[in-house]
Amino acid sequence: MDFKLIDLFMTFAKIGVFTFGGGYAMIPLIQREVVEARHWISDDDILDVVAIAESTPGPIAVNAATFIGHKIAGVKGAICATLGVVLPSFFIIVAVSCVLAAFQEVRAVRYAFWGIRAGVMALILKALWSMFSQCKKNWFAYCVMAFAFNMVAAFHVNVILIIAVCAICGILYRQVRACIEKRRG
Amino acid sequence: MIYLELFWTFFKIGLFTFGGGYAMLPLIREEVTAHEWMSTSDLINFIAVSESTPGPFAVNISTYVGMTVGGLGGAACATFAVVLPSFLVILLVAVFYDRFRRSRLMEGAMTGLRPTVVGLIAAAFLSIGKDVFFSNGFLVDASFLVSAGIFAVMAVLAFRKKHPILLILLSAGIGVAAGYGLGL
Repeated sequence: MDFKLIDLFMTFAKIGVFTFGGGYAMIPLIQREVVEARHWISDDDILDVVAIAESTPGPIAVNAATFIGHKIAGVKGAICATLGVVLPSFFIIVAVSCVLAAFQEVRAVRYAFWGIRAGVMALILKALWSMFSQCKKNWFAYCVMAFAFNMVAAFHVNVILIIAVCAICGILYRQVRACIEKRRG
Repeated sequence: MIYLELFWTFFKIGLFTFGGGYAMLPLIREEVTAHEWMSTSDLINFIAVSESTPGPFAVNISTYVGMTVGGLGGAACATFAVVLPSFLVILLVAVFYDRFRRSRLMEGAMTGLRPTVVGLIAAAFLSIGKDVFFSNGFLVDASFLVSAGIFAVMAVLAFRKKHPILLILLSAGIGVAAGYGLGL
């Protein structure tokens, strides 16, 4: 077997094991392992990786691993890197779920999770706020936010349908704006 | 066929989540509660577990739901399914890289999707909040006051960029102390 493939798998397994919370927390680690330690890709490439990982569906960590793996060693490389980033958490969660099931009825654990649920709401609020601040703010963005919010909160419309409709609206909005800009010269 | 159902559900979740992490929450909540695989409070509990264990939230939650619903086989199905769409899409993108980067279509879709995710998470936040803070109906009782207090303190800490695991440990500690102290 190719050493590069094993190396890819091990590198991304290491990245998978040491990232808590996933997503953006993983980017600095990827940078250290893949750019600085192994010189597989350049610093500029990392920016592309982030941009692509953000604008394609799925977890950012998985997207980044697949993309870098493919860049270095083709489809086989993509498979190895993706397996590397996924397998550690897979086994850890399988183990955790057995432990959780065993302790769920303990009174102290129930109290702990009762407190934790309120704390997690704060984490969700923080995530909401940082996504809101990263979002470009103009009339279109505010309309889409209000539309998506109301469709779920008031009318319980299917989330996938809302996502599809809003993506199409975004495409139309960009096309119309491009046309207007062209006409103005 | 539970494996097929898990596969199809998590394939959809993987395909329609942009941005990863908490962006996945609205869709996962909808699917998981519709199938009655998990209650909202179990889901919130698991967010805390996922923050304190390594790996992406999407992978962790898929493995966990798969494991509780269909054992090891279910976990493998759900995890494979949630990863597969991103894997295939990224391979396509990697091949058509330059065209993808300059595509106005893609840029337009993202212009629509970023604010959508904000709206969806806001809606999820409200409806999950109803379960977390008002589990016994809209009562301002001791249990509500403790939850609201924990939420307020942790929100301040979260916005000061304290580590999520620290927040979870603190919340757990206060929960245990208040639970025994007040005999809830």
